Amino acid sequence: MKGPRSLSRQISERLGQDRQTEEDARDSFYALAERLQAEARPDETLFSELTAERSDFARLNQNRIRQAGQIRHASLQLRLIDGNRQAEAACDLSGDLAHDFELARGLLRQLRLRLRHLPDDPYLHVSDEPTRSDRWPEVPEVDAAAAVADIIAAGAVAGAGAGAGLDLVGIWASGEVTAGLASSLGHRHWHVSRNFHFDWSCHGDGDQSVKGSLGGLRWDAAPVRARLDAMRAELDILARPPKVLAPGRYRAWLAPMAVSELTDMLAWDGFDLKSQRTRQTPLLRLLDGEEQFDPRVSLREVHGPAGTGLLPAFTSEGFMRPDSVTLIDRGAAGSPLVDARAGKEYGLAVNAASGYPESLAMEPGDLAPEQVLEALGTGLFIGNLWYCNWSDPNYCRVTGMTRFGTYWVEDGVIVAPVAPMRFDDSLYRLLGERLVAIGAEAQLLLSAQTYGGRSLESARLPGLLVAGMDFAL
Amino acid sequence: MAEDFAAVAPACDFWSLRLVASHWDRLSMRQGVLEPAALGHSLGAMVTVVSHRGLGYAATDDLSRPGLRAAGRRAREWALMHGRHGLFDASLYPRSGLQADYASPVAAPWSDVPLPEKLALLRQASDGLAIGPAILDWSAWLGWDGVDQLLVSSAGARIFEHLEFVHSGLLAVANAGEQTQRRHGGGADWPQQGGMERLAALGFVEQAPQVAEDALALLEAPECPTETLDLVLMPSQMTLQIHESIGHPLELDRILGDERNYAGTSFVTPDMFGSYRYGSELLNVTFDPRLPGELASTMADDEGTLAEPEVLIRDGILQRPLGGALSQARAGLPGTANARASGWDRPPIDRMGNINLQPAPADGPAEGRASLAELVGGVERGVLMETNRSWSIDDSRNKFQFGCELGRMIIDGELRGLVCNPGYRGLSAGFWRSLDGVGDADSVEVRGVCNCGKGEPNQAIYVGHASPPCRFRGVEVFGGGA
Repeated sequence: MKGPRSLSRQISERLGQDRQTEEDARDSFYALAERLQAEARPDETLFSELTAERSDFARLNQNRIRQAGQIRHASLQLRLIDGNRQAEAACDLSGDLAHDFELARGLLRQLRLRLRHLPDDPYLHVSDEPTRSDRWPEVPEVDAAAAVADIIAAGAVAGAGAGAGLDLVGIWASGEVTAGLASSLGHRHWHVSRNFHFDWSCHGDGDQSVKGSLGGLRWDAAPVRARLDAMRAELDILARPPKVLAPGRYRAWLAPMAVSELTDMLAWDGFDLKSQRTRQTPLLRLLDGEEQFDPRVSLREVHGPAGTGLLPAFTSEGFMRPDSVTLIDRGAAGSPLVDARAGKEYGLAVNAASGYPESLAMEPGDLAPEQVLEALGTGLFIGNLWYCNWSDPNYCRVTGMTRFGTYWVEDGVIVAPVAPMRFDDSLYRLLGERLVAIGAEAQLLLSAQTYGGRSLESARLPGLLVAGMDFAL
Repeated sequence: MAEDFAAVAPACDFWSLRLVASHWDRLSMRQGVLEPAALGHSLGAMVTVVSHRGLGYAATDDLSRPGLRAAGRRAREWALMHGRHGLFDASLYPRSGLQADYASPVAAPWSDVPLPEKLALLRQASDGLAIGPAILDWSAWLGWDGVDQLLVSSAGARIFEHLEFVHSGLLAVANAGEQTQRRHGGGADWPQQGGMERLAALGFVEQAPQVAEDALALLEAPECPTETLDLVLMPSQMTLQIHESIGHPLELDRILGDERNYAGTSFVTPDMFGSYRYGSELLNVTFDPRLPGELASTMADDEGTLAEPEVLIRDGILQRPLGGALSQARAGLPGTANARASGWDRPPIDRMGNINLQPAPADGPAEGRASLAELVGGVERGVLMETNRSWSIDDSRNKFQFGCELGRMIIDGELRGLVCNPGYRGLSAGFWRSLDGVGDADSVEVRGVCNCGKGEPNQAIYVGHASPPCRFRGVEVFGGGA
């Protein structure tokens, strides 16, 4: 067994090797960008952007591996600007500089031909300040196979009440996500995130299950083991006969993971400047002063020192993200998210990479975790919501389902699981006059989304206690 | 490249290599201003390895021999891990030796139309949407995707696909006070394989004023009533209804529990096949990979299984699930050739392919077979709905709630005025049994969706759905408002 000193030396050696590899990758990208810039004409501006990922994925079902493998994918996006005209192109990179240069040079030629036919773009907007940044991972890469073996071993342990091992289903994802930006105006940015995310659920009989999610930089099996032990206890409760509720209005506690489904709906056109100006935002009545959220509700987009550090600090156009944007300020509409294009169109300063929040934080309240059940009294403890969509966006009305870890509570005591129920209610009510309390602890939730690549988005959210939530089916 | 991999493949029981080259072009105009035009291409390979009773994969865009060798080695490492901790014995994995070719039907290639002509089409469509000050936002878009895929294997498979898609769409956003209405058209919800010939069929330019007029009319329309009514769904909403409450519940990987952490499970259980009454006797649903031009038409799936038509539901009785060869072997059930991946950087999982609701046969009984006018004529009080706007369904694909862009009241067998914010909810298990009218062959529209998401890691994929309009009795319908 190695002592802590030799272990730390081993880690620092690995980090040193990783850093060297990363610096080689960065220098290689900048070399490619500079060779391309040399191809550009004096009156042309070229932005080169890299998005790359090397990820190990292991999918589990019944606490066994269903499907596992590795994905290595690097993509180059080019933006060629000539006067007030612009066009974009993308290609995959092999990692061989000479080969990739020829590929990208071909794209550049295509863009130049294309620009001849394009009109001026009145909303063309890139940063003319040659910003620079570097961010390197602080930890070596997690050994995915070893971590997955840890998880399977932890899940296989017989529980006190359950007898057999857990029916665990989920996805392990780990590796590196890289973003780079270089422009002929002098922008130079490099950002490497190295993390893991395990998103899973454990299942009892029928449709009863409980959800887990754990992400971070360093792998440690202990938190997963502790969470699995807690899940075993929850599965014992889930094994009770479920309570079938009639449609109607019920007092409810929404755990942070459930709240994230609601804030995801707000994120969908809610804060985007363009959506607000064209009156497509679901927050239209809030913006017009017809509705208000409870004054305790404040939402911010958070980057910089208070953020997770997983997301790049720069946008595709070379702008730097501010540390914070207040989207909902004590119940009232705050600032919109302004990306480069919308900023030019509507004359506002750029404060976001897109109109969608990527690192949302809700101000916590004063309801301590140990007081939640007592404060709820009789009603629903909702661990998770699922498949939300707009029922009527004009009234910020959302529908969705309860799913994982939802219980019926009587007089502050969990009585039984609840069969999945469909809610249909307005966020103006849930975050407005029916809001009773906000949890005192905000939970960091890392996105498990992997469409088009491993998401680095996150949310830091408390739970919410509401006096009533409308269930339709 | 395939030969390069064969030269460097790791020692294993079986391997396959799926090379995918994708090309795309995107043109979009918003409020008469061209958005940044974007084109691109992607090239990569997915290596699948079976070794020591385990299965592993690795995807790479480094297609040099050393790059392919490294991918093969990593796939084998994961296969060994799977061999020790796997859910199933990887000897069940199909070892395709199929040789086949497929190409999308394309009459007018995208590349034959010069860029200025495409921009002129966009301009015409965009101008057609801008019919008044209440139209606050409007967009028109054109796009093209071309995909070449070659699947080869150590068992001699060689399957080549050339797919082409031309996408188009229109959006008009109308506003009055606190009421905003969005209306799509011009192919936005009507994707198919094919070329530029599709634009005329979709009315890309001609439809624009009507799309905008619909959006304006919806501002003036009353809310859809909230009551239990009869419901006529047009193919533009049947697409979604089939997708969510037939397609997904029948996916075998959901039934096997693979998707329980993400997309969900199914109310369908293995014992239901062959006997379960899924819907009324008018319900006939097929898996049809051969319908020319439908979004997911193909000759083989991404495990290398020959894709052939199959009946999923016959006269309302459930027949077979949607599961590829590996899922079939795991479940001991027959299935369909529908193991598909969203690209070179994702492994195949069970997907829908083309799931089509059959029109009432012309030589069948007249009862239940109808033109759209006859379907409407058989409703005393109801709503006709078209174009999906909102979709939500529980994790076992039973409790659903869907919203549409546009509704029309039906009173005493006649279409009356528009209603806005129409929605309806129900249970899959009961909803299809309330089907009592199916449109005839002339009323079928071949559509699909381009954003079917499931899988871990996540995959979004194209699936096709063809359907006539259909009539359902006694459905819970509602409108908007607080």
